[in-house]
Amino acid sequence: MKKYALFPGCSLEKMAASYYRSSVETTKKFGVELQELEDWNCCGATTYSYIDELLANTLVARNLALAEKEGLDFVAPCSACYKNAYFTNKYIKEDPDLWEHINYALEQDDLQFHGSIEVYHIIDIFAKEIGPEEIKAKVTNPLNGLKVAPYYGCQIVRPRKNGEEFENPQFFEEIIDAMGAEPVDFAERLRCCGASLIMTNRQAALEMVRVLLNNALNSGADVIATACPLCQVNLECYQTAVNEEFGTDFKMPVLYFTQIMGLALGLPRKQLGIGSELVSAAPIFSQVMVKEGK
Amino acid sequence: MSAKPTFSHEISNLMYKSHGNPTKSCIQCGTCAGTCPVAEYMDQTPRRLIGMINANLKEEVLASNTYWFCASCYHCTVRCPSQIDIAGVMYAVKRYSIWNKSYSEDLVGPAFSEAFVKIIARSGRSYEPILAPTYMFSMEPKEFVQEAFNATKMMLKGRIPVLPTRIKHIKNFQEMIRRIIPIGGES
Repeated sequence: MKKYALFPGCSLEKMAASYYRSSVETTKKFGVELQELEDWNCCGATTYSYIDELLANTLVARNLALAEKEGLDFVAPCSACYKNAYFTNKYIKEDPDLWEHINYALEQDDLQFHGSIEVYHIIDIFAKEIGPEEIKAKVTNPLNGLKVAPYYGCQIVRPRKNGEEFENPQFFEEIIDAMGAEPVDFAERLRCCGASLIMTNRQAALEMVRVLLNNALNSGADVIATACPLCQVNLECYQTAVNEEFGTDFKMPVLYFTQIMGLALGLPRKQLGIGSELVSAAPIFSQVMVKEGK
Repeated sequence: MSAKPTFSHEISNLMYKSHGNPTKSCIQCGTCAGTCPVAEYMDQTPRRLIGMINANLKEEVLASNTYWFCASCYHCTVRCPSQIDIAGVMYAVKRYSIWNKSYSEDLVGPAFSEAFVKIIARSGRSYEPILAPTYMFSMEPKEFVQEAFNATKMMLKGRIPVLPTRIKHIKNFQEMIRRIIPIGGES
């Protein structure tokens, strides 16, 4: 069984607890164990870098050093945590002065950064480590006819890492396809959800959410699949606010892709944290349940 | 060699080499402005802001809301034909404005960021209920009600933490931070 250090980040502790559960349960089906990183600290979201970039990198490096101590590669389900971890890991290795300074600070916590581990987003585990073929083989409840909008958002594709495709990625569609569901042609799938602007610039963020919901609806989606807690909260929990603001009537379910994956793997809904949504996901279950019966 | 660095040099100096080319390499093509999903809410487009940085229009740049409205989506960064990390530039101007307290008064972003970092320095982890006041009181009454209503619904679904969590060796953690930012005494 391949084991990874799971970096939940602050969102997955409570707000996105369903993402945590569904990530652990679905990977387990493929012989992958996600073990929560012991004593992790907040990755800093975007705000550490607003104050001090060295501090931002140091706090992220602490988490990487903790995973190194356990000899485990690092997995983050939150896209913002992932981006921070991925790039700190990269920047330190490229800059000996930064490396030295950060290790000088980490020393106070009996830790050192050695640069010996890889950083993954949970979607990388499914798309690259497990792969669509193996997913297909393990699907017991193919989600035939379920139309899913693959919402990449920003940070699983941006900033660019090793020259991979950022204008037209397909890995999310491939995963949805492997579940037996139908990935819809969701033109705005790479557009930002507004992220923390929902707190600091409400007007702009609600408009950004509206554009996405509208595009998902027009693309015929039954549900939006996300890979980030901030995207999930903005698209789902602020849907009522969007409706009030723009006079729209969106009732678009927004689930973590791991929850939808869990349904395809035949896992009980409760085990996937389904039921904590503010916009009911019930409309999609009639479809899924029909197949559960056969 | 001039004694005093220009504003555009100061901004470049706030970024690591890994953040791409300096703003001076901007060709003013406007790809960033055309890409940015927040541009219509900004008083200057990203293209204009970079032009203003390069022209050393320090006061005008800092008074702009553009850099604080950047959501860090990196769409401009990946598309920039001159390989400037434009989102990285926005971060650098944010830092500059926080350190110099030179941001526009009516913005929520700076206070929110400072409160967030203070919480982390204290406990190692974020805690939403402490953060809420930094932005909620600056909201329009309608937005305030919306936010409170949302928080209640999320709490009922068990999605808001009741108690803050903290990391174990918080003393060591704070000592570590002191080696980066000398807060509250010697390092």
